[in-house]
Amino acid sequence: MTMSEKTVPASSGSGGALREKRRSPWWEVWRRLRRNKAAVAGMTVVILLLFVAVFAPLIAPYDPNQTNIKIRLQPPSAEHLMGTDNFGRDMFSRVIYGSRISLYVGFIAVGIGAVFGGILGAVGGYYGGRLDNFIMRCMDVLLAIPQIILAIAIVGALGTSLLNLMIAVGISQLPRYARVVRASTLTVRGQEFVEAAKAIGASDTRIILENILPNCMAPIIVQSTLGVAQAILAAATLSFLGLGIQPPTAEWGSMLSSGRQFLRNAPYLTFFPGVAISIVVLALNIFGDGLRDSLDPKLRQ
Amino acid sequence: MKDTLLEIKDLNVIYKTYEGTVAAVNGVDFALDRGKTLGLVGESGAGKTTTALSIMGLVPSPPGIIQRGRVTFAGQDLLTLPEKDMKKIRGNRISMIFQDPMTSLNPVLSVGLQISEALVAHQNLSEAEAERKAAEMLEKVQIPGARYREYPHEFSGGMRQRVVIAMALACNPRLIIADEPTTALDVTIQAQVLELMRSLKEEFATAMIMITHDLGVVGEVCDDVAVMYAGRIVEMGSLDQIFGNAMHPYTLGLFRCIPDIEEESSTIHPIEGLMPEPLDLPKGCPFHPRCPQCMEVCRQVVPEACEDNGHRVLCHLFGGGERRA
Amino acid sequence: MLRYFTKRLIFLIPVLLGVSIVIFAIVHLAPGDPAEVMLGPSATQEDIGKLREQLGLTKPLYVQYWIFLTNALKGDLGRSIKSNAPVLEEILERFPATLTLASLGMLFAITVGLPLGVLAALKQNTWVDALCSFFALVGFSIPNFWVGLMLMLLLSITIPILPSSGFDSWKNLIMPTIVLGIQTMAVIARMTRSSMLEVIRQDYVRTARAKGISDRLVLTRHILTNVMIPVVTIAGIYFGHSLGGVVITETIFSIPGLGRLIVDAIRAQDYPVVQGGVLFFALCVGIVNLLVDLLYAVLDPRIKAQYRSAK
Repeated sequence: MTMSEKTVPASSGSGGALREKRRSPWWEVWRRLRRNKAAVAGMTVVILLLFVAVFAPLIAPYDPNQTNIKIRLQPPSAEHLMGTDNFGRDMFSRVIYGSRISLYVGFIAVGIGAVFGGILGAVGGYYGGRLDNFIMRCMDVLLAIPQIILAIAIVGALGTSLLNLMIAVGISQLPRYARVVRASTLTVRGQEFVEAAKAIGASDTRIILENILPNCMAPIIVQSTLGVAQAILAAATLSFLGLGIQPPTAEWGSMLSSGRQFLRNAPYLTFFPGVAISIVVLALNIFGDGLRDSLDPKLRQ
Repeated sequence: MKDTLLEIKDLNVIYKTYEGTVAAVNGVDFALDRGKTLGLVGESGAGKTTTALSIMGLVPSPPGIIQRGRVTFAGQDLLTLPEKDMKKIRGNRISMIFQDPMTSLNPVLSVGLQISEALVAHQNLSEAEAERKAAEMLEKVQIPGARYREYPHEFSGGMRQRVVIAMALACNPRLIIADEPTTALDVTIQAQVLELMRSLKEEFATAMIMITHDLGVVGEVCDDVAVMYAGRIVEMGSLDQIFGNAMHPYTLGLFRCIPDIEEESSTIHPIEGLMPEPLDLPKGCPFHPRCPQCMEVCRQVVPEACEDNGHRVLCHLFGGGERRA
Repeated sequence: MLRYFTKRLIFLIPVLLGVSIVIFAIVHLAPGDPAEVMLGPSATQEDIGKLREQLGLTKPLYVQYWIFLTNALKGDLGRSIKSNAPVLEEILERFPATLTLASLGMLFAITVGLPLGVLAALKQNTWVDALCSFFALVGFSIPNFWVGLMLMLLLSITIPILPSSGFDSWKNLIMPTIVLGIQTMAVIARMTRSSMLEVIRQDYVRTARAKGISDRLVLTRHILTNVMIPVVTIAGIYFGHSLGGVVITETIFSIPGLGRLIVDAIRAQDYPVVQGGVLFFALCVGIVNLLVDLLYAVLDPRIKAQYRSAK
């Protein structure tokens, strides 16, 4: 089942006409999105990057971890488009492979944040009262610590690994999803179809999953798209500080970090991974902006 | 001798939008004498506000373009006046009262400042003098001058509209354009504000253009009346001519919309149909799809104005100064 | 009004209490043993045990937390494992540099971001708008540590006009300020633009124009005052964010500030410093939020009235 079908309460009627009607809000969003040239460009770049990440072994000309001291620190050339690093590894291949980790971390971290934050927000918004108050105060506590410092502290405690990095970034993003979902839940909670679902004796879990969450999808999607961009930035930051992905894994942040000591003689080691991060994050932000405008035409100028 | 203050000749304003070009004002002509009040009547979208904004030189551009026409105010053509000189007229010799007092005052500035800034701009007053004058203006609209430093949210809707009136009158303008000044107010407040406007108009001897869709308001304050429909003035004359001898079917329709308390029957008679889509005006007379007396010629030809003793009407039923029907 | 702010200040207490619990929990979940770290790999099991006893690490966690909390309330955040200096002293010693940086970053963000947003809105849908908006989006998207490295490459290596590290003269501050402020600048520019477009269409702006006052007055007095309200909100939120950014800036430019203190402490598993540092950051964020609220009241008389009537 697609989410668009769920945006309408579990009504009994079916058939072509109704189905058409159910699909239309998302179709309308897609139509508006297509007209936004910047958003389409952003989306294209994101898709292209996903493609690069998936087919990295086919695209990369060399093994990203193959060291060869004889060709260390070579400037960009026809054989090595982005030069070679201090171990003689091909930078172009490493940048290509780096997209895997970045996108992986970005999506999983947002997944962690959105799922747990979403559940907390939905539960708080749905039940209200003390539970809601308690959850939101907890979110205030998390928000009181600057995100990057929170993530650093978590990674510092759990130890540096890919999983811990994703957990740290995910937790530091959690409050924003909780807030967004809670706000939408509050607006949906009082509507008739929720009352109707209650009246026919649907369980709370079911109401939250089937009636409330689908109606919060729009803000969650927008927030997540922008969130992936921020998560990629945060992960790269942690790796840059030596608290994320450790060398020799090809990851943009840690590549930047190791390239830093060669800034004077081999600036291309820091230049290209930075460009790669910027492009991914920029594309995601442009796409997210466009998505937000399409989902909420009121905001459009 | 005629003492004309404002004369508008063949004013045409269009709005260029993505969907197409909208002719908002379509050859509007009228004149207003010093100290007189003209009522500009019509449904929303008839072009009343655009006409007013053209006089003020405030037609939003883009998308608005004044295509042609002349707006002569005290001998000066306002449409060709440089912006620098127009600024000296705006708020000084012509001022405007907007419809919604809840939104037309700046929420973060004190009402006193909002009144006095026009004085500072136009009368070379010092801040202190302007402040004193502004407090005086507040008193004129029956608000204690001591409330000078208060903010709009501390006033009720009716009081805010009085603040707006004080603002408009501050520099003693020769012409006030009031764009539905009472529409957004409670009925009981409407009468008060209207009464205030009338007495202040007398006191300051200003001319006024009263934009409204309420013929009751027109009957109370106006000397002349112009009825607009789809960007045109379809009928214009003195208050007596329009109220006593309305000719255009649209004007007659407007009068039928007013419930008559003296009559037993409580039915009102709305004009059938809706204003035409401004993007898609019908051929011929724009009113013909809704006109109860529509003739074949109305569907084809745009009527020309005919005038009799200052009573002008734009309808195929009338021509050559004689009534045909 | 004072009442309202006292209330807000009191509300800060449970948040800080929560932060202290969170950070205490995070730090004590860490697998490493501080006693081992302190004594180094050559230490005997006996020595480690003794030190653990001394540091109170053998006590149950909640007792340890209680000791930490009561001491913190007295202004005692413990002693650094690495340097043995009182943590609060270390923090206060490092704080001025961080505060200077954060303030300069904010100043940069506002002085560049605000005009950029205003310009974009005034020239809506022209190439100027497109350029400003794209610039803001880029500023929001590029990693600030990379900006730092690229600036360094350009201004310290290629054209050596600025020093790449240290904290001695104003020249040391230029690049860190840009690096720290660039994201906030982008956010402010975007917020200013959308807020401008909203305000420009308001009736009161038309009223102001109808008064015949100068365009400059319409912009500064009528438009910008209203534009500032949402911009201040965003700037306040991002100030907390940019406080986190000092971690990066201070690391890249070798500035002895609070951010580097925390990163170094995490690397060295110097847990009292981590606890104290994070708590201190949270306090700063709380105070900044309070100041933003105060600023609101100055900008918006409606909010001021609300504060007055709040009990």
